[in-house]
Amino acid sequence: MKHYFTLLSHELRMLLVSSSTYIAATAFLAFMGFIFTDILNQYSKAPQETSPAHVFFELFWLPVFFMVPLLTMKCLAEERRLGTLETLLTTPVTTTEVVLGKYSASYLLYLTLWGSTGGFFYILKRFSGDMRFLDPGPLVGGYLFIAISGLLFIAVGVFASSLSRNQAVAGILCFSMLFALIIGARFLGDAGFLGRDGLQTVKDAVDYAQVLSHRNDFARGVVDARQLLFYVSGTVLALIFSILGVEAKLLHN
Amino acid sequence: MSDPPIAIEVSRLVKTYGGVTAVGDISFSVARGEIIGFLGPNGAGKSTTMRILTGYLPATSGSVRICGVPVATQAEEVKRFIGYMPENNPLPEEMRVSEYMYFRGRLKEVPRRKLGSRIDEVLEVCDLKRVRHKIIGQLSKGYRQRVGIAEAILAEPPVIIMDEPTIGLDPHQILIVRDLIASLRGRMTVIISSHILPEIEVTCDRVLIINQGRVVAQGTPADLRREIFGHSSYELQLAGDGETLATLLATVDPTLQITAQGEPDADGFRQVTLRTDRDDELGELLLRALLAMNMRVRALSRAQPTLEDVFLAATRRSWDAVAPPKPAARPESRGQKTEK
Repeated sequence: MKHYFTLLSHELRMLLVSSSTYIAATAFLAFMGFIFTDILNQYSKAPQETSPAHVFFELFWLPVFFMVPLLTMKCLAEERRLGTLETLLTTPVTTTEVVLGKYSASYLLYLTLWGSTGGFFYILKRFSGDMRFLDPGPLVGGYLFIAISGLLFIAVGVFASSLSRNQAVAGILCFSMLFALIIGARFLGDAGFLGRDGLQTVKDAVDYAQVLSHRNDFARGVVDARQLLFYVSGTVLALIFSILGVEAKLLHN
Repeated sequence: MSDPPIAIEVSRLVKTYGGVTAVGDISFSVARGEIIGFLGPNGAGKSTTMRILTGYLPATSGSVRICGVPVATQAEEVKRFIGYMPENNPLPEEMRVSEYMYFRGRLKEVPRRKLGSRIDEVLEVCDLKRVRHKIIGQLSKGYRQRVGIAEAILAEPPVIIMDEPTIGLDPHQILIVRDLIASLRGRMTVIISSHILPEIEVTCDRVLIINQGRVVAQGTPADLRREIFGHSSYELQLAGDGETLATLLATVDPTLQITAQGEPDADGFRQVTLRTDRDDELGELLLRALLAMNMRVRALSRAQPTLEDVFLAATRRSWDAVAPPKPAARPESRGQKTEK
């Protein structure tokens, strides 16, 4: 892990000088701003039962679907397409270091983007002067969920990027995997055929992997170790597959 | 560390991709400080061999040792010994030259204290000082190529592997790169592949010609000439009787023959090409004999087959050898006598 920090700082610098980062950040903040404005509009029309933060984080999957592929599709696919992966891997760095460096940089950017939405709540507090809108429970729970689930989402994106040298393919692959993970698991959980006796273990597994219900738990302030384990083990698995993906491509390119 | 005299040792290297043999049983060794040229037509297995040497690709079978360390089992260790510039020289477009050098230096484990002065040094050597703050994506081809070379020699590795370092350069830049590579002689072991044969001839101590994944010839350019052609030719421009010439030639050397003769021009001079199996210089002897017979001579030169001819002959020969359904025995042993 000697070169991890060299690679990480290199990746961060590359993200900071790249215009696509700023375009993605602007698009993300504009999109989240619209959602937030819309939520506030509804609150101004009629009193609601839940706090704005609760509704805001309920829609987390919308930006995840387009932000995560955008942030991660480039990382390994582009390096392979340009051939710079070859120059990188002929220095004394390991594939693990390369993948982890890229993963960490994308994850930090993801966190920074989400963190900047904190400004919305600050503005709300500043101008409404009403602390009721800032229920700290859902707010902290929501950000904690974003940070923990982001580990897995970004890892899935890096994995998708390790499979192709075409950014577009990597992006679509990442989108599909995230869709299957978040929405697909929900559909599967509602499906009637899983209610049969013999499929009980499968149903348990699907119920365990419900990202959307994990979010509700976090928002209510319930941080379950099993859910943490789900994201952390999923992340580790996706990263191991990414490393294998990069190395397998070397063997067969 | 006591350095073994052999920097690169390749023995019976084989690489197959899904049933297709890219490299079939190559063996060679390169001494420390030697500059060796890797020649071969497209798809001969040059790049694949180089990638295996760097530890980037695993070999199917055979062994490669760099400075005595086996690549297959200690790839990480081997990567510290190698400066590698891949084909097409991929560089990150968005970085500045100095940033890139710093990043690569850190990855190659150049101590932080030495790195600054070392970067200055390589930028100076490669004549890149003027563009050190420029973004690599905006540089011209010649500069980019030199950035690649500067990067390869940055960590002062004992072995440098460059895949077509002069591709796409203009003659002036080729000269600079050639001098640069020549300046490494004795200090570093260099393997370069190229299509530009005169290039290789000037720079390299030894040439390795591979075709269809096999070594078809190896040795110094002079050795290869002798080995592949086995005869020398002389070109003359003379005026005089043809029959006298034939008898005269027999007295100089029995194997001397006229292989081509041109039409006489306005002054009566014609172009004559001679061929002999003798290897030593016959020029003076020939000239004296011609003058003694009162023949007028305007020019006499010994025709040197260029490396290009050697290359074409060697690769053609290997095609002939490989073309029949049952491939002939490996022509590899032929080069053994010239190995250092």
